[in-house]
Amino acid sequence: MGLFDSIKKAFGGGQPEAAETEKYDEGLKKSRSTFGERLNALFANFRSVDDDFFDDLEEMLIGADVGFETAVKLTDELRDEVKLQNAKQADEVSQVIVQKLVDIYGEAGEGEDNTLHFAESGPTVFLFVGVNGAGKTTTIGKLAHQLKESGKTVLLAAGDTFRAGAIEQLQEWGRRDDVPVVATQAGGDPAAVVFDAVKRAKEENFDVLLVDTAGRLQNKVNLMKELDKIKRVIIRELPEAPQEVLLVLDATTGQNALSQAKEFNQTTKISGIVLTKLDGSGKGGIVLAIRNELHVPVKLVGLGEKMDDLQPFAPDKFVYGLFKGLIKETPES
Amino acid sequence: MAFEGLSERLQKAFSGLRRKGKVTEADVRDTMREIRLALLEADVNFGVVKDFVKTVREQALGAEVLDSLTPAQQIIKIVNDELTKTMGEAAVPLNKSAKIPTVIMMAGLQGAGKTTTVGKLSKYLMENDNARPLLIAADVYRPAAIDQLKVIGEQLQVPVFDMGTDTDPVEIVRQGLAQAALQKNDYVLIDTAGRLQIDEQLMTELANIKALAHPDEILLVVDSMTGQAATDVAKGFNERLDITGVVLTKLDGDTRGGAALSIRQVTGKPIKFIGQGEKMDALDVFYPDRMANRILGMGDMLTLIDKAQKNYDEKQAQEVAEKIKENTFDFNDFLNQMDQVQNMGSMDEIMKMIPGLANNPAMKNFHVDPKDMAHQRAILYSMTPAEREDPDLLNPSRRRRIAAGSGVPIMKVNQMIKQFNQAKKMMNQMYKGNFSGMEGLMGNGISGRLGKMAMNNMVRKQKKNKKKRLKAAKHFKS
Repeated sequence: MGLFDSIKKAFGGGQPEAAETEKYDEGLKKSRSTFGERLNALFANFRSVDDDFFDDLEEMLIGADVGFETAVKLTDELRDEVKLQNAKQADEVSQVIVQKLVDIYGEAGEGEDNTLHFAESGPTVFLFVGVNGAGKTTTIGKLAHQLKESGKTVLLAAGDTFRAGAIEQLQEWGRRDDVPVVATQAGGDPAAVVFDAVKRAKEENFDVLLVDTAGRLQNKVNLMKELDKIKRVIIRELPEAPQEVLLVLDATTGQNALSQAKEFNQTTKISGIVLTKLDGSGKGGIVLAIRNELHVPVKLVGLGEKMDDLQPFAPDKFVYGLFKGLIKETPES
Repeated sequence: MAFEGLSERLQKAFSGLRRKGKVTEADVRDTMREIRLALLEADVNFGVVKDFVKTVREQALGAEVLDSLTPAQQIIKIVNDELTKTMGEAAVPLNKSAKIPTVIMMAGLQGAGKTTTVGKLSKYLMENDNARPLLIAADVYRPAAIDQLKVIGEQLQVPVFDMGTDTDPVEIVRQGLAQAALQKNDYVLIDTAGRLQIDEQLMTELANIKALAHPDEILLVVDSMTGQAATDVAKGFNERLDITGVVLTKLDGDTRGGAALSIRQVTGKPIKFIGQGEKMDALDVFYPDRMANRILGMGDMLTLIDKAQKNYDEKQAQEVAEKIKENTFDFNDFLNQMDQVQNMGSMDEIMKMIPGLANNPAMKNFHVDPKDMAHQRAILYSMTPAEREDPDLLNPSRRRRIAAGSGVPIMKVNQMIKQFNQAKKMMNQMYKGNFSGMEGLMGNGISGRLGKMAMNNMVRKQKKNKKKRLKAAKHFKS
């Protein structure tokens, strides 16, 4: 049974876990409505299945930040699919398209693991990487708060020794969350800070160590090497760690996200993506793009400024919301 | 590959076309599709692309384009010109108030680079305008944002006005302006907190600051990696604040920066500066023509020349030229050249600016390791002065010694010497006006020709400038 069918079933059988979905619904209201509205508007203007229609569809998908590659691929496949199913009426075409979108989304996500992994024993280490201004420090601040709330002991490592005020920023988060921060003076060696932090986490038995790093553009060879070194230091001290290497990605980023994921993956083998500022971009399509083009699971999404606006990512709920109102509730045959 | 340039896409579209005797409407349609895709791929907003392609199509349908022998290049030229036109023909300077202080206010999303830009801009103003700026820290929301500005202020020795995080930003700005008046600062730069353009409350705060400070410049700071959302962001801020200009940051990454086109198109406001690095002096004036080249993946020869001029010692260059001519270019000169090139920035950056190399898929995985340069240097330093002056001395025994001395395999030493000799030969040929050896350097096929086009363009511009200079000099004499 494809994802499409299960979603259709969900529509028939009422909302899945309504209460839990609520927070999600709220945060993504804008993304969803834009995506849905765009599709609806497209179908409303539908006259006939011709090249212009597919050009519009392609533009709509790109406009919704589905990503260039994905949009072109989708449009090509949809072109064939519509022909194959001989859909001519607006209704039929829209069903074919939505079904295809959902199925492609489901297919690309097969076997995807969206949960954060923790060590079975000893400290868990999460390494945060990303370009400048993606939201690494803020994400760590929020995550530390949530982990602490859930009863874990948390240690932060201020690995961004380069940017002015970055250490103070993490220390301020440490104060707010009431968790200790390992830091050195500005301009220090980030690998040394991380070493100290790992040692302290081991000695004092912290459950989780969150490692902040300086933002770096992925084409800077030396900075990427520095990241490699940080990771090596962690592995040397704790062979199982880091349990997660999370690439923090600004949801408003365009095609460059692809290059970021690729380059960071090459140096540090990223295990997941934190998608920040998703409340502002207003287009949920980026999630489709990440699945189809990056092949790295999204693990956390930032939906707002508040502490608990950092949410674990639930892909099925997300797609459910994305296509809400677009799938016709047909009785299961 | 996701990052092929327009030139390549067009080449694909035209390869079939060239074999035809007559170009049809359908062919034009295909070409326009490639242009559309290339722009979308560069993150230009789809709405902007639509209008843009329409304009280009109208021009391209002109008979002289399709009948010409090189329709691909003609169309690239049209696209390039149109892009430049859309982004504004020339660089736009900062507004300056008739009486001090000139107030500059920053606005933008979280993480766009406002605080860093404030620092860079004040350094720029101090260097180019002998400014005595005052920075106002009005970001009371993000943890340690004020600390960040203070550290930057310390680095640049610029005073920073702050009132902690418990005061209303509008009040901070009011008192900050009062202090600027007292100290007679000629520039006031207001750093504000990052915010979403849809955040009603925070946007009102910005509007209030604007109403109070009457800024001469409201600069919207935008991350150049922004995708389709760039138009919404720019529109949102522009509608509320009526911005006066844009700063595009993080252009030192490998983004194509299509956002520049989108923003200019939806706001009509000029892009004034671009941020190209983490250091405080990495702020440059925005040139539309150069950005057009970048979006099209055509390299940026002009910036390269600018950089070269800034960092290149003219007298030394003259000497080197002399040596090339006499074919006495030796390892000492090579070392010198290496130093000068390194002053211009990392090899990656330089390569990116060369037409045909930027976004060339063959170059995609080509990273010049800064260490390579260091290795080469080590090899050079392991030579005796006599060897450096006379490369022909280097027999196998000497090479072995050099390898051991510099800690690299002998292979590398041989490789470098071979490269040096090739380079020497090529330079000598070039000097004699024979460019045939250069072709390989500029890539193959259309990118090579494109490179030449850009080269010719550049040479023309330089000639023009020279003429201007001569004229001015004459004028001065008489």
